[in-house]
Amino acid sequence: MKFWIGVAATVALAAGLALSGTNEYFFYAGYVVLQFVVLATAWNILGGYAGYVNFGTAAFFGIGAYTAVVLFKAVGAPLGVQILAAACASGLLGFGTGLLTLRLRGIFFSIATVAVIFIMHTAIVNWRYVGGATGVQLLRPPAMPLFDSYTRMLFVVMAVLAVAGVCIARYIEVSWIGRGLRAIRDSEEAAECSGVPTLKLKLFACTVSGALMGAAGAPLPMYMSFLEPASSFDLNYSVSALAMPMIGGTSHWLGPVIGAILLGSVQQIVTVTISNEINVLVVGVLLVVFVVAAPDGVLGLLRKLKWLHRSSR
Amino acid sequence: MAPPLLQITGVSKHFGGFAALSEVSLEVAPGERFGLIGPNGSGKTTLINCVSGALRNESGSIVFDGAEISRLPAYQRTRRGIARSFQIPRPFKTMSVLENLVVPLEYVAHRRTLHTADTWDEAMAILRQMGMAEKADSPSNLLSQVELRKLELARAMAARPRLLISDEAMAGLAGNEVDEVLKILFDLNATGITIIMIEHIMQAVMRFSQRVICLDAGRIICEGAPAEIVKNPDVQKAYLGA
Repeated sequence: MKFWIGVAATVALAAGLALSGTNEYFFYAGYVVLQFVVLATAWNILGGYAGYVNFGTAAFFGIGAYTAVVLFKAVGAPLGVQILAAACASGLLGFGTGLLTLRLRGIFFSIATVAVIFIMHTAIVNWRYVGGATGVQLLRPPAMPLFDSYTRMLFVVMAVLAVAGVCIARYIEVSWIGRGLRAIRDSEEAAECSGVPTLKLKLFACTVSGALMGAAGAPLPMYMSFLEPASSFDLNYSVSALAMPMIGGTSHWLGPVIGAILLGSVQQIVTVTISNEINVLVVGVLLVVFVVAAPDGVLGLLRKLKWLHRSSR
Repeated sequence: MAPPLLQITGVSKHFGGFAALSEVSLEVAPGERFGLIGPNGSGKTTLINCVSGALRNESGSIVFDGAEISRLPAYQRTRRGIARSFQIPRPFKTMSVLENLVVPLEYVAHRRTLHTADTWDEAMAILRQMGMAEKADSPSNLLSQVELRKLELARAMAARPRLLISDEAMAGLAGNEVDEVLKILFDLNATGITIIMIEHIMQAVMRFSQRVICLDAGRIICEGAPAEIVKNPDVQKAYLGA
């Protein structure tokens, strides 16, 4: 119940902000932070729950963005349709990638997912219809009524996607599916011998995770009014989507949300106040600090504090 | 006589050029207490891995309850009624002891209904039967060796098996702990579950089994009642190298 109140409050807050007179830059930056909430949450479904570290976030994200471009260019599809189609395309890519790679374990799976980025990147660079390596310029349609600007509208759209992503992740986490995924992370052999169809479950997680990443990428072309392959298949998306759950904590849906808001905001602040290059450094340093000092992330730290508090009484 | 519950015919398995199993055939009757012994590297665990589905046998057939299972993935064999414990315990270490049992319950016995309350109640009942009820909420990575062995058996039981394979569930345990685990296995067998025991502790496997097979270098060298097995010169040679 508390969760659903939180969901309603978050959506209401996002909509309220967008309709208020808040500075336009807030929405410009807030969109990016929310986009990372979706990416981190999506990554965590496979990487956190099942323990399969996916470096391919940028591929799923980029394919989502380019699916939106194709639909917009070809039939002028509305944003909602673009997002749904992007989720389907990236979900399909997730299913295919999973089918080919999920028999590999540990580091071998991770390496295979890096390859997916380069394959997709190369394919798009060589596809003239979507602009090839030079990219494609897009003209934003007018914003929906009620909204002053398209950026404000995209902010609300991304907030809804973030909330939807968290709801899906949470449902998976608390259900039998989540327990099966955790069993896979703890011991794949024991899971299989306990009746868990490990390959099917991993495929499911990879598909859902990919679909959410694609949905997060779909509004990107409209957000930037422009799309080119190098920045949409940027490895930084993969690194951030992995770092954020690690920093927040991977065992609970709240972990990636905390990580994304924390790291995403810091990145935005650093980009504006210092430089765009430094923000990559910030991700790296924070990731190392957390992996060494707090391997269970912020949530792990909080749990430890709570435990200390209880045992000191 | 009732048809065998498990029938292994001509099963072979190679690792590279090494023949881990060559043409192994055996039958286990329903309700039987069956012992599998042999020196280290003789192929006991490989045979069990072929039966449980962790490995695929290259030739031969494995028939369980009248159906060929040697091409089925492991989880489907579990659903048909074959459960195993692991030689080196593999608990779901991020879960509580109770939750460890809920996994097989949800994925095997209750997979069509998913009545959450029933599932947790049944998990608790199995823990009580194992004498581990007070450990239900402890994280499974904080258990002692004997508790881990019992958890392995409890989790296998939660899959409601007809055939339970116990892979060295007693290795490294103290005398009274061995008795404790043996009693659990005897009790399970009394409820009609067929049990295959792989064990190095001779006194335990001889006391437990009705029939014993000895493997050496991937072949069956001897089969019979426990008393005959210990007297067999081939078995003595395999174990003592004399």
